[in-house]
Amino acid sequence: MAVRRYQDYLDKNRLPHMWCPGCGDGIILRAYTEALVELDLAPKEVVTVTGIGCWGKADDYLTTQAFHGTHGRALAFATGIKLANPDLHVVTLMGDGDAVTIGGNHFIHAARRNIDLTAIVTNNYNYGMTGGQYSATTPLESKTTTSPKGTPEPGFNVCLLAEAAGANFVARTTAYHATALKNLIKDAITHKGFSLVEVISPCPTYFGRFNGNSSAVNMFNWLKDSAVPISKYGKMTAEEQAERFAVGTLVKKERPDFYTTYRRIHRASQQPKGGE
Amino acid sequence: MIRPYGVQFMQGNEACVYGAIDAGARFYGGYPITPSSEIAELSAELLPQVDGIFLQMEDEIGSIATIIGASAAGKKSYTATSGPGFSLMQENLGMAVYAEVPIVLINIQRNGPSTALATRPAQGDVMQSRWGTHGDHPIIVLSPASVQECYDLTVRAFNLSEKYRIPVILLGDEVIGHMRESLIIPELDELKIINRKTPSAPAEGFKPYTPGEDDIPAIPPYGTDHIVHISSSCHDESGYSHNAPQTADKLVRRLHRKIENNKTDIVQVEWFGPDDAEVTLIAYGVVSRAAKQAVIDAQKEGLSVNLLRLITQWPFADEQVREALKKAKAVIVPELNLGQVVLEVERTNSFKTPVFPLSRIDGEIILPSQIVERIKEVLK
Repeated sequence: MAVRRYQDYLDKNRLPHMWCPGCGDGIILRAYTEALVELDLAPKEVVTVTGIGCWGKADDYLTTQAFHGTHGRALAFATGIKLANPDLHVVTLMGDGDAVTIGGNHFIHAARRNIDLTAIVTNNYNYGMTGGQYSATTPLESKTTTSPKGTPEPGFNVCLLAEAAGANFVARTTAYHATALKNLIKDAITHKGFSLVEVISPCPTYFGRFNGNSSAVNMFNWLKDSAVPISKYGKMTAEEQAERFAVGTLVKKERPDFYTTYRRIHRASQQPKGGE
Repeated sequence: MIRPYGVQFMQGNEACVYGAIDAGARFYGGYPITPSSEIAELSAELLPQVDGIFLQMEDEIGSIATIIGASAAGKKSYTATSGPGFSLMQENLGMAVYAEVPIVLINIQRNGPSTALATRPAQGDVMQSRWGTHGDHPIIVLSPASVQECYDLTVRAFNLSEKYRIPVILLGDEVIGHMRESLIIPELDELKIINRKTPSAPAEGFKPYTPGEDDIPAIPPYGTDHIVHISSSCHDESGYSHNAPQTADKLVRRLHRKIENNKTDIVQVEWFGPDDAEVTLIAYGVVSRAAKQAVIDAQKEGLSVNLLRLITQWPFADEQVREALKKAKAVIVPELNLGQVVLEVERTNSFKTPVFPLSRIDGEIILPSQIVERIKEVLK
């Protein structure tokens, strides 16, 4: 079998991409394609499901099977794709808007059902595509174009939300940690059940600029300094934790996925009952 | 699954499920809502028995999304809902039209707007089924008037959806969904089943949205050697997003053409009563049953009345309605809304034939006697 390279998953005729300088999306796209190389998954075996937003444009550059749906519904489309053909590897690429703001309902229910698919959620704390408005992950009192004096809403913790909803695999890393990111994506894709990789990513164009960090280099340094391995994070004081976030594999469970359970229940009910 | 056939006695909603499974549907995603819930319940019982998937989603937005995904992966898929749920499905209904993903959506209409009389019949979604999603788009909508047609038209809905790669809405109403009467379910081999066409082009350099001469593309499901790129954004024949004005124009015009050019195949009506009647009733769904009785009752009173029953609601039966308008001295359009199909009848009226609405929106059905009374008023 010919060895694939990450470039084989990218359509060079459709590059360069449209993302701003300093954006993390390009790094995450490369990590995703490198994970596919290392997992030896052919483009035809993978369906990449995207939503709407900057990260939702990622399918434009990919040579895998793809479904670019409506805003917030990627997981609902992906659920149908996976259950209709369980042999496919289904990966959804969503931003914080898609995953936990407009699509929050599908997010918790896909995790609860434990659909065997992977969600790579790029969290840049704002809506980049539409000009930097706040999302459900924007931290309290952050400035955005719809919260010029600071948002009065606290942000979701995406990983905690997934864990509470029942996800089998939950991991967090950042766009700075490219190799760790690739490895976590591989772990997520190979782990049966609903798996989440949250990638904290810089948006120097909007979120950074409005909150005193318009330099991409500064934002990447901020990611490097704020990310603390989960083993260390647990030993920190609440004060130390407040300025940082845990990275690594946060949850790893073996709860049977939806399809396995569905088939088990219905096979059992169709067994002939009683008599000889 | 023990498949019923021959003469059966069942509810309209149940007949829809048997029609869907006989048409080859193997995936249901939905959210329970009165008065359509029996479709979900029977689907939950039967689909696992035919190796299908029944999935109760978290809401109607997710319901239609999940069946679009399942259809793109190769399973004939359907959902069922009613007014409020139908409203929630509108955005993704447009996605299915634009991305040409076949699905069947059963809307058992109830009184509205909003929650209103949740258990009472209405026909208030005629225009929503045509124009509910944003942007210019074609749609196919079928309107059953009996339990038999709940079965037959569900099969036909899947066939049209697969053939033209477009969502098809089965627009029933609470009475047709809940009433029980006899129907004949044919043997499976007597049924004509249409499956979406598959590509003859090689996988290398494949462009899934390349239309045939019939304007319909042969898009394979995910999972073959052919790479399929499906997009809700403006896309060219590769399926990838492409924002050129001419691409946008070409795509939407083709989507319309594939339906408009095939109206003779899609549009189905039934004429009832004398050919050259003075008054023609134009009705559909539960109201067409009262209208049939009204034709018979009016005849007994010496009035000359016939009925044009719209089985296909959209695309609109312009040609047949025009014929009715040309021949009749007056046309009456009884419907369980404040006048929706009557507007379309007026649009096609180039003969200055007087057209009269007959509306009822209190959650009760229109009675034959009300229609006869209206005929008498009109003829005065």
